[in-house]
Amino acid sequence: MPSSSRRRTFRRTEPAILRFLRGALPFAVVGALWEIVAHSGVFPPRLFPTLEQVAVTFVRLTAAGILPHHAALTLYRLAAGFALAALAGVALGMAMGRYRRAEDYLLPLVSIGAPIPGLAYAPLFLLWFGLGDSGSIVLVAFVAAFPVTLNTWTGVKAVKEIWIRAARTMGADERRLFRHVIVPGAAPYIVTGLRLALAQAWRILVAVEMLAAVPWGLGWLIFGAREFLNTDAMLAGIATIALIGLALEKFAFEPVERYTVVRWGMMTA
Amino acid sequence: MKALIAILAALAAYEAVARSGWFAPALVPTLPAIAHTLWDMLRDGTMENHALATLWRVFAGLALATTTGLVLGFLMARYGAVERFFSPLVSALMPIPSLAWAPVFILWFGLGNVATILIVFYASTFPMLINTRAGARAVNPLWLRAARAMGASGTRLFWKVVVPGASPFIITGLRLAFQRAWIAVVGAEMLAASDYGLGWVIFDAKEFLNTDIMLASLAVIGAIGFVFERLVFGTLERATILRWGMLRTAKA
Repeated sequence: MPSSSRRRTFRRTEPAILRFLRGALPFAVVGALWEIVAHSGVFPPRLFPTLEQVAVTFVRLTAAGILPHHAALTLYRLAAGFALAALAGVALGMAMGRYRRAEDYLLPLVSIGAPIPGLAYAPLFLLWFGLGDSGSIVLVAFVAAFPVTLNTWTGVKAVKEIWIRAARTMGADERRLFRHVIVPGAAPYIVTGLRLALAQAWRILVAVEMLAAVPWGLGWLIFGAREFLNTDAMLAGIATIALIGLALEKFAFEPVERYTVVRWGMMTA
Repeated sequence: MKALIAILAALAAYEAVARSGWFAPALVPTLPAIAHTLWDMLRDGTMENHALATLWRVFAGLALATTTGLVLGFLMARYGAVERFFSPLVSALMPIPSLAWAPVFILWFGLGNVATILIVFYASTFPMLINTRAGARAVNPLWLRAARAMGASGTRLFWKVVVPGASPFIITGLRLAFQRAWIAVVGAEMLAASDYGLGWVIFDAKEFLNTDIMLASLAVIGAIGFVFERLVFGTLERATILRWGMLRTAKA
């Protein structure tokens, strides 16, 4: 397949301001539609606030430190759950990839567990580990561990047999083989697994915070606001979630992907 | 065989924990108790009703998502203006977890099917859309030029070249969309369903510490997911791989 299969519009150099306006246009159109609906009175204003109201609430909650506090706790749970998942997943995946016996016994369990939606476990985990931090962190870790495990396992399996044999011939012992051949060889897969895991952890966490009724957290902020019909606070919370999601995408996923692509390039070379 | 041993060992370990008395029996019911509950619920038809309600919501949401994803995906791949308009919106909306919308949808549409289906729709549209767009763009330009040279244009070019060429991507998109939808429906039912659905049963059973019902429903959710993942999409994907193979031999 030729690499030029993507259809390309020819590139003109246009001023930055034009490019910005073009990017902003869709948001302006959608924003205008929103305003029209909000002002038309189809929905009660309490349920469908105008964008100004949402913006004011967003600024007010941010200035009061409420929104940052919710966001900080959500991020803390995300980081803790993700770290646990990464450790457990890489360890399990490595064991499954390296040792035949571990693979024979663990793979069936992992492949049964992986397709079950993580949220289905949520009430169970909340009963077993308690509401609040521990329940939600354990659940996030459990859910996110599957993609890491499966990808690490695939990655270790994908390390070329010839590299292993070459390293052995050159006198590498088990430890150095692992450190200098298997880990770098499997790295692109592991990184992909971690990326998938972070995305899944993020989606699950927001939902779990709603179910677990933890005292702080963006999910709870949105769900709790429902009780008081604070639609503006809900939308401000969703906007924060979107911003964090975008930031994860830009500062965690994309650099990681670039790194993976570079490694892939290295691997095929 | 070894898989069977592993599963039996895991079940035995669970049973040992359940019988050891470390945890309250209400929290960790024994396997026979779970099996008994599952059998009872299957026999009086409650489990089937819950499963049907869940499946209906998944397919309604998935149908909406597939239609939207296909139409928008092809339009975005074909027309630069559509791409430039929707692409920023898609990348702004995609990182928002579908369940974050749950409270808003509940306020707007009330508890029940509409809110649940919309959440499923939100969750599954993006994989469908992204894959359709990528598939339509990845159609070998050589085929397009060949078809044009042979006089195909407009609708014929679209149906005979672009759609079949993009179909492997589209089928992958459908599979991803189902996975997302299946996760989303369970969460959505916990938050937004009123009286039926597998997610709702689990959440409702928590209130009464009916851990056996929770685990029985979990088993049903796992089984349905497994059936779709392996049988339905496995078959579909084998057909795709066949197509890929076909394409490759045709090219060589």
